[in-house]
Amino acid sequence: MGNAPAASGSDPASVPLVRFEAVGKRFGGFVAVDRLSLDIFEREFFALLGPSGCGKTTLLRMLAGFERPSEGRILLDGQDVSDVPPHRRPVNMMFQSYALFPHLTVAANIAFGLRQEALPRSEIEARVRDMLALVKLDGFDARKPDQLSGGQRQRVALARALAKRPRVLLLDEPLSALDRKLREDTRLELKELQQKLGLTFVIVTHDQEEAMTLANRIGVMNGGRLAQVATPPDIYERPNSRWVAGFIGDVNLIEGTAVSSGLGQTIVESRAGDRVLVTHPPGASYSGPVTVAVRPEKIQIDTAAGISKTENSFAGHVIQVEYLGGLLAYRIMLDNGQEMKVTLANHAPLRAGSMAASGDRVWLSFAPEAATVLQQ
Amino acid sequence: MTGTPSETIAPRRSHGSGWRLLILIPTLWLVVLFLVPCLIVLKISLSQTAIAQPPYVPVLDPAAGWAGLRAFAAALSFDNYRMLGSDWIYLTSYLRSLAIASLSTTFLLLIGYPIAYGIARMPTRLRPILVMAVFLPFLTAFLIRIYAWINILQRDGLLNDVLLALRIIHEPVVWLSTDTAIVIGIVYSYLPFMVLPLYASLEKMDESLLEAAADLGAPRWRAFWLITVPLSMPGVLAGILLCFIPIVGEFVIPELLGGSGSLMIGQTLWTEFFQNKDWPVASAVAIALLAILLVPILIYQHLQMRTLEKS
Repeated sequence: MGNAPAASGSDPASVPLVRFEAVGKRFGGFVAVDRLSLDIFEREFFALLGPSGCGKTTLLRMLAGFERPSEGRILLDGQDVSDVPPHRRPVNMMFQSYALFPHLTVAANIAFGLRQEALPRSEIEARVRDMLALVKLDGFDARKPDQLSGGQRQRVALARALAKRPRVLLLDEPLSALDRKLREDTRLELKELQQKLGLTFVIVTHDQEEAMTLANRIGVMNGGRLAQVATPPDIYERPNSRWVAGFIGDVNLIEGTAVSSGLGQTIVESRAGDRVLVTHPPGASYSGPVTVAVRPEKIQIDTAAGISKTENSFAGHVIQVEYLGGLLAYRIMLDNGQEMKVTLANHAPLRAGSMAASGDRVWLSFAPEAATVLQQ
Repeated sequence: MTGTPSETIAPRRSHGSGWRLLILIPTLWLVVLFLVPCLIVLKISLSQTAIAQPPYVPVLDPAAGWAGLRAFAAALSFDNYRMLGSDWIYLTSYLRSLAIASLSTTFLLLIGYPIAYGIARMPTRLRPILVMAVFLPFLTAFLIRIYAWINILQRDGLLNDVLLALRIIHEPVVWLSTDTAIVIGIVYSYLPFMVLPLYASLEKMDESLLEAAADLGAPRWRAFWLITVPLSMPGVLAGILLCFIPIVGEFVIPELLGGSGSLMIGQTLWTEFFQNKDWPVASAVAIALLAILLVPILIYQHLQMRTLEKS
């Protein structure tokens, strides 16, 4: 996949607000973005997610106008903006470093963009006041950036980028400089703000939790390409490749061969000789070598055989239990030689004996609809 | 979200005995080699010239005791300063020095800023090489370089040859022994002292600030004017002071490149000291110059303190 975005999360009839058409960017011999196509729609909160060096920031910077595509076109509202300099684009960016002007007050920072439009003074003042209220920084207008805390600076950067009412707001790792608690609060506020203003946000992040909670749609990037574009649940439940399955959350991968496929279910014979039944949308069909992906929290552990349904049931023994507070993380060695990760919610207080301990013999099982077949 | 004040408070150093010892060395250095000589010059400036050894009176005789000290203090006077204020030679000399220093510093800023800006925008690995290139001529002796300028500026020198060949002028122009020659020599000699502080302030500027300005709708030239220039002001001020102050007291360049008509204050001082052998008046000239130069230094200090308080 990686070429056409999934229609889910957006109205298929609407015209995309932003369209990348086979956009590529090379720095010398290094390919940062590799002929990538992507549509982003009005009022979407779109996340570009990927490891560092995957090209997500370069893609954002091309949309802002700081980098020119080496090939392809970028359309904004149907207009080719590939050659439009950044100061003439109706998009604004919130920088990872915030890039606040240190010699200007908070009010002057927010007013900077408005002053470039030569708006009347009273209008600028009113909008700066609105923005300060929006990010809950009333009364901070006369402060300089170095008189603010990290969280306050982040708000000023956000207000400054929003002041011009951009068609698209670009956010480059906007929460990465904040500590954990503040990051979680700010994440919620950012989501609320986007819904309240009805604007289109494009965020770049390497934090999957951030992408999952904020975005309507996520574009997972790897090596300058889009590995998958889908809603957060689809990305998690139905990853389209081993790479995406492994990048987003934890996963068990069972390699094997599809022996029969069709009518919404596939039987995979694993290398160890076990049969695994997986259900999927009826249109899909698999053949040849495939991988079955199962999330650790979708596997059930029983301490006696035959309790669960017979399909997708495997015997093994516990090799390690990690106590994570809210969760218990098991590592289990199956009799067929495959190691599996299983997480269980910690329903303490547990009845004595019901919790499998290291060395115990256990039976794992998962429902056919809990697994995914990956062709790669 | 609520107004907590700045998080960035510099950690306080503990002032232990080791710290005091450390600060004692520069203090001693300044007292012995700066403050004491200054006081000696101040004392001489309040004396009168005499044909003696040393060539001024009074001289403090510790053997004469309390009465001798009183006689010594009574003999000191401000006559030399009154003379400085009443004689046009000195006043014009001071004004001329200030005028030439202002003009030269203006040119230094106009030439130095683009150079520093250019170097600061170069790839990181090229910058040290280019900074070295600015300093490279200064590995040659100062006097040799000024003599080279005499050669370039004289009637049949390189500058006239080139201008004649390009048909910009049709008659050789007199460059040497003019104020133009002095300004050229000064600008050439002081350029690194302007470029370096400017470069230091431009180099550490965050590139993303200019991107943010562009993103908010400012074309390049406006971003330069609204962001780069204000943020480089500390470097501009440092460069101006680093050049202006020594230029006011400059002696060698006006002596070698300038005319004999009117003198800069350094030359006047030299004349008083070595030709007229009038140590007291020469000292008064020096002390008055120090007082004049103290004004910009104090303004600069005040501005520095203000920026320090802010951060």
